[in-house]
Amino acid sequence: MEIVRSQRKSPLPIVVSTIPLYRSTPELEVRLEDFELFAVDRLRVLQGISHGLSRAKKPEEMEKLVSDLWKAHMRHPLASEVINKDIISHFVLRLVYCRTEDLRKWFLAMESTLFRYRFRSESFEAQRALLAEFDLPYKAVSIAEFESVKEKLLQVARSLGQPQTSVDVLFYKVPFEEVPELVAGRRVYIQKGHAYIAMNQVVSLVVTQFRSHLSKALILTNRKWTSTIREQEKDRLTPIVEALSTSYLGPDCSQPKEYAEISLKDIDQVAKRSFPLCMHHLFEKLREDHHLKYGGRMQLGLFLKGVGLKLDDALAFWKAEFSIKVGPERFDKEYAYSIRHSFGKEGKRVDYTPYSCQKVISSTPGVGDHHGCPYRHFSEENLRASLSKMGVSNRAMEDVMEKVRNKHYQLACTLTFEAIHGSSCDSGINHPNQYFAESRKILLPKNNSAA
Amino acid sequence: MTREEVEHAKDDMLIDGCEAQALDLKQANAVPDGFNVNYLKIYYGKLFPYYEIFKWMSYGNDGKHPACDQSYLGRREFSFTLENDIYVRFQSFSSASELENSIKEKCPFKIDIGPVYSVDPAKRHAYEQTGNNVFTPVERELIFDIDMTDYDDVRYCCSGADVCLDCWPLMTVAIKVIDTALRDDFGFNNILWVFSGRRGVHCWVCDGKARRLTNEQRAAIAEYFRVDMGGENSQKKVVLGGHALHPFLGRSYTEVLKSFFEERLLSSQKILSTEERFEKILDMIPDESITSDLRGRWQENRRSSTNKEDINVVRWEQLKHILQSSKQKDKGLRRCVEEIVFYYTYPRLDMEVSKHMNHLLKAPFCVHPKTGRVCVPIDPNCCDEFDPTTVPTLSQLLEELNRSGVGGDGETELDQTSLGESVRFFRSAFVQPLLKSCKEEMESSYNAKLQQKKNSITW
Ligand SMILES: [Zn+2]
Repeated sequence: MEIVRSQRKSPLPIVVSTIPLYRSTPELEVRLEDFELFAVDRLRVLQGISHGLSRAKKPEEMEKLVSDLWKAHMRHPLASEVINKDIISHFVLRLVYCRTEDLRKWFLAMESTLFRYRFRSESFEAQRALLAEFDLPYKAVSIAEFESVKEKLLQVARSLGQPQTSVDVLFYKVPFEEVPELVAGRRVYIQKGHAYIAMNQVVSLVVTQFRSHLSKALILTNRKWTSTIREQEKDRLTPIVEALSTSYLGPDCSQPKEYAEISLKDIDQVAKRSFPLCMHHLFEKLREDHHLKYGGRMQLGLFLKGVGLKLDDALAFWKAEFSIKVGPERFDKEYAYSIRHSFGKEGKRVDYTPYSCQKVISSTPGVGDHHGCPYRHFSEENLRASLSKMGVSNRAMEDVMEKVRNKHYQLACTLTFEAIHGSSCDSGINHPNQYFAESRKILLPKNNSAA
Repeated sequence: MTREEVEHAKDDMLIDGCEAQALDLKQANAVPDGFNVNYLKIYYGKLFPYYEIFKWMSYGNDGKHPACDQSYLGRREFSFTLENDIYVRFQSFSSASELENSIKEKCPFKIDIGPVYSVDPAKRHAYEQTGNNVFTPVERELIFDIDMTDYDDVRYCCSGADVCLDCWPLMTVAIKVIDTALRDDFGFNNILWVFSGRRGVHCWVCDGKARRLTNEQRAAIAEYFRVDMGGENSQKKVVLGGHALHPFLGRSYTEVLKSFFEERLLSSQKILSTEERFEKILDMIPDESITSDLRGRWQENRRSSTNKEDINVVRWEQLKHILQSSKQKDKGLRRCVEEIVFYYTYPRLDMEVSKHMNHLLKAPFCVHPKTGRVCVPIDPNCCDEFDPTTVPTLSQLLEELNRSGVGGDGETELDQTSLGESVRFFRSAFVQPLLKSCKEEMESSYNAKLQQKKNSITW
């Protein structure tokens, strides 16, 4: 890191970053097989990232993970081909992942995370070069301005537990809108709409840019895919894209599966035996309080949709409980809409998908909230009580708590699953609806399928 | 509702007055408390500030400037809750008179304001047929909703829907903390605070750049304001990490929260007066030896209340003395005092309302059906003086109308009621400055566009 003074007088070093911004489609000669191979390699990286995120890994751990994944999958025997492989694989996956809102969301999140950690591990010079490529109109703050806010910047650094010397670096002043994640975490000093970001926070600025650019590009790609590319490339790219999207997208937990058809009359029974703790807890609270706050309604509501509760049943289910507390009229007026909405029957008609473990774990329940991941959000005492109520033995309980202490929340949930079902779960739990599906597989009589 | 019926409803009320001229004037004009459709008709007929609401919602687009977007108001969603709890969403109005006529005709018990959409929300189905998903929110004020029910675990005077002058200051504190940050930190200027009619406040941030925020940016602001109080199942209440408070939290603490807690809330809510109450606070101190020391002292002097000093203040000083004494090396323990104050006083926002563009919020100047009180604006500069128990009620306003007699145009009738001051404040402190800044923004963006055009021609 450099000090403002010296920085502003030295000329820009001539350094080029190796991270492409994927601004335009590549015009490269590539063998058809490579399209697929490159894309599969990149997908392995993205899936590895997804896995890491769902374990709530710390930034330093993620940085190492991304770097390892990249080295493992994205190398190429020809040094000159490395960057081509990077670019081609990205654009092929755009085609694969542009087609629904959920796929776009996933791809956007993973590519942005990939970009973030690649950027972080670049040298200071390379970072500045990349920042210049974005062509943003922001300048480093002047010495006079720096002095006028220095106390506040120090205070932010102290509030984050950072060493005070970290304030002695270059700062940029940007509209707060450009760095939402820094604002959300109160990681910057904000004055009159401007956030003061340190050089080591510039990554947030560029990731926001990167993501907003990619987000728009994916929508365009989707339009182009349906209007022209699919037809034009029907003998070349289209089969590859189709194959990739069916074989590598992983289990899709958003759609009800063969085992997952539940009706209202046996929902209590099913909840007790096959709901993961996060959902079982919400379910019980709903029965107890006849009410759940927004976060809980979304988490449980979408889960129930995912396990196959039909819209009419869902409405009846929520109404039966909420009516006790707020009366049927208020239910119809204030809550029914959002249930239909989550089924895609109102408003934008987006069919919302059930929350993954990653999403549940990263939620932030407040006063009166019961949603979130019990392994992460419960106090130890409450968690132990809940687990023993679920029938987890003392011995298994210690293993679960061990995972919790190490912040391996999904592993803790997997162990709980195994303890209750007396059967192993090799794939691990990464989605509440997957937990449910695995449970039904074990509990439902096998002869069902023979009929 | 026809004009005739409105007149009729008013006549009903006036008859009493005519028949009983000998009676005391005040009694003669008395209108029984309550909330009903007849009262509401008169309110919408004579007092509701349509013109100001229309000017606000138009954001300058009703003018003649070439940069005006004539479709703007017509793309705004209004929702009505009608008498029999019928909820009508996606209403839209393209002019002031359409808005006024519809409200007078339907006499909604509640009016909600939603976002401005890409197309007229009333015609959304026609657009949906095209399959392009063009019906999407494009603008929306940044809004905040603070409700007293979220404070039930820190107020002992009332619970649920009730408020009194002992707990209301929690709302005042929320207004001060959020308003200052919206202006000083985020640089917003056009901010409207409104009494929600019963037990809370709403905030509308109306600057152009606030209206155009994405959901992600809204969520970021809401998160900036969020202090984790712990969920229902977690242990610790507030956790303030780091070696210092973020400048925003630090300022809120020293300028508002600390003095409010120590000088007011401590005594008014008797926060340390009983065992049940002080145990809640001791729970927030993660050090057994300190908590048992304090518990011992407080249980002992339970009966020796001859001391004139407020027991809550005395106990708080004891607690502070122990936690902040130089013997305490543990920074976490010293932070405990701040954490307790934050838990009891820091604003508790309904996060979801602020995070999404398409959340609806009740319009100012609606009347709350349960209390009959008008949702009047609150001046953040004098919010200490705001008293929710003296906000004009519907029946009070009708009484004032009766007393002032018939005749005169709407303007003066309004001014003869206690709502006049609220509407004047709304107009002069909110709508007019807002329109001025809308005009400036329009001019500058128009000029920038012209400049751009010029440049592209010379190219
Ligand atoms: Zn009270």
